[in-house]
Amino acid sequence: MNRRRFFGFLQKEFRHIFRDRRTMLILFGMPIVQILLFGFAITNEIKNVNVAVLDMAHDDVSRDITNRILSSEYFHLYQNLNSEKEIETAFKSGKVKEVIVFENNLAKNIYAKNLGNIQLIGDATDPNTANTIVAYTRAILLNYQQELNKGSKPPAIIQTEVRMWFNEELKGVYLFVPGVMTIIMMLVSAMMTSISLAREKETGTLEALMVSPLKSWQVILGKVIPYLVLSFSITLVTLALSMFVFHVPIRGNIFLLLGEVLLFVITALSFGILISSIAPNQMAAMLISMMGLMLPTIILSGYIFPIDNMPVPLQVISNIIPARWFISMLRDIMLKGAGWSVVWKDTCVLAFMAVVFLFLASRRFKMKLR
Amino acid sequence: MKLTGENIIEVENLVKRFGSFTAVDNISFQVKKGEVFGFLGANGAGKTTAIKMLIGLWSPTSGKANVAGFNLFTEAEQIRKNIGYMAQRFSLYEDLTVIENIQFYGGIYGLRKNILKERAEELISELGMESFRKELIKNIPLGWKQKLALSVAMIHKPKIVFLDEPTSGVDPITRRQFWDLIYNAAEKGTTVFVTTHYMDESEYCDRVSIMVDGRIEALDTPTQLKKQFNAESMDEVFLKLARPTGIQI
Repeated sequence: MNRRRFFGFLQKEFRHIFRDRRTMLILFGMPIVQILLFGFAITNEIKNVNVAVLDMAHDDVSRDITNRILSSEYFHLYQNLNSEKEIETAFKSGKVKEVIVFENNLAKNIYAKNLGNIQLIGDATDPNTANTIVAYTRAILLNYQQELNKGSKPPAIIQTEVRMWFNEELKGVYLFVPGVMTIIMMLVSAMMTSISLAREKETGTLEALMVSPLKSWQVILGKVIPYLVLSFSITLVTLALSMFVFHVPIRGNIFLLLGEVLLFVITALSFGILISSIAPNQMAAMLISMMGLMLPTIILSGYIFPIDNMPVPLQVISNIIPARWFISMLRDIMLKGAGWSVVWKDTCVLAFMAVVFLFLASRRFKMKLR
Repeated sequence: MKLTGENIIEVENLVKRFGSFTAVDNISFQVKKGEVFGFLGANGAGKTTAIKMLIGLWSPTSGKANVAGFNLFTEAEQIRKNIGYMAQRFSLYEDLTVIENIQFYGGIYGLRKNILKERAEELISELGMESFRKELIKNIPLGWKQKLALSVAMIHKPKIVFLDEPTSGVDPITRRQFWDLIYNAAEKGTTVFVTTHYMDESEYCDRVSIMVDGRIEALDTPTQLKKQFNAESMDEVFLKLARPTGIQI
């Protein structure tokens, strides 16, 4: 008897979702378009960038480094320079994007003083590209330095700052996949659920449900399950796309990954129910989830802007954004192959948030109906 | 209409307060089985609050009530299975078809598949909506929607059906047809509890209560009420009640 009621309700929910073709198209189309965009177009990946080298050392270290830089697919030697004066000319030609300058006696300095200096000059007329190119070069230098220090000698330092640690392959799309997945899950789980519940409120059908023998947990569960299924399948599509088209690796355990996805979806869903218990209608539900959820998620989660580069107050605020913990876990599991021993802390934070939201949501929802 | 004299709704000293505002002020009344009971009052008189308490949507501040033989405070679950409810904004899903709406409501009231199928066909042919079967609700005319909503509210053959201003915003012809459906249900033994602010509709009810400022000021058959207030129509009865101090317009 009870089960029949519940399944009737579930069937109705799926009908709502599948009948609304346009929304379905947006939900499934958006992650695909975003992944493709990030993968192909808005890439900060570089390939075959023309560089010029001013080698004042002419020793084995400088030759080694030059070879290493040029043998990567990212750089192409455009010309060798003979003096500092030629740097400007090289840039003015518009062909050269970066000049690498090796100091005098580089090898000697490294072996004797354990400190060598290499200057990287980027063409900052396009600051973003310049930044990326410089960072790529630094990554290669760092790599070299690590190998140099493999012996038992005291460590030698080649003075450079490295910012692209976390993405060894230096591929842009790797970073965006977890972010896109998160945004979509947030959208489907929180926003769609809150809108769907707010719609029932707006049209008065919620009242009819409350008067019926359906229990309020059945209504909530009936609302939640379809969106859980939906966001899970969208996540799988996104993952498959990034794996097969962009060869994004999943180095960690896939079940751990999917388990974390489930946890995040539940957090987002309880947030959605909380929103709909506050919002009187669909419009309000949409606004609240946009302003209160989507924007902070996009801006503060580290999806686009690295959290480490934010001012301290924003870094503190970012701690209360569920997506922040989730994105960091996704990156750990997918890219670094991290296991439970690494992500258990983030998991606990997220689980705690889920419990709090669920508690608040169920309390508010009940109060509304009494 | 066979009135057995058995009370199906019994309300005693029911009160609902919102903060310092008393929406329903100590009302008491009984509704007999099979009756068409009119619950009248101006907008804001407390009709909707009262009905929402009786169907278990809002909890009363104090008082006693029995609905369909069950205690409102302790047996709300049982009450829900035995009543039907149609709100001001009738509760059909616009993006589902006629048959899907019927199936859905039948389903949440726990009807078995074969019974539900039978009931759905019966309902559609009774309303003459065969051609609308697979039409989305948003595409069918308002009058049809309203009649369908009433039938759907009674799909599980409840003992009582509560109608909260079911005819507001509808043309007179549809209103007439709607009342035919109400009579139909009452003849089959369903008790009908209907709120309205159309005074002419109250003439169709077996008994009528009139609410003013949260209190029931009068309760009797329309004929008796007119006699009691020395009035030509229910409209006049209502005006005399609502403006007892004799304010002239």
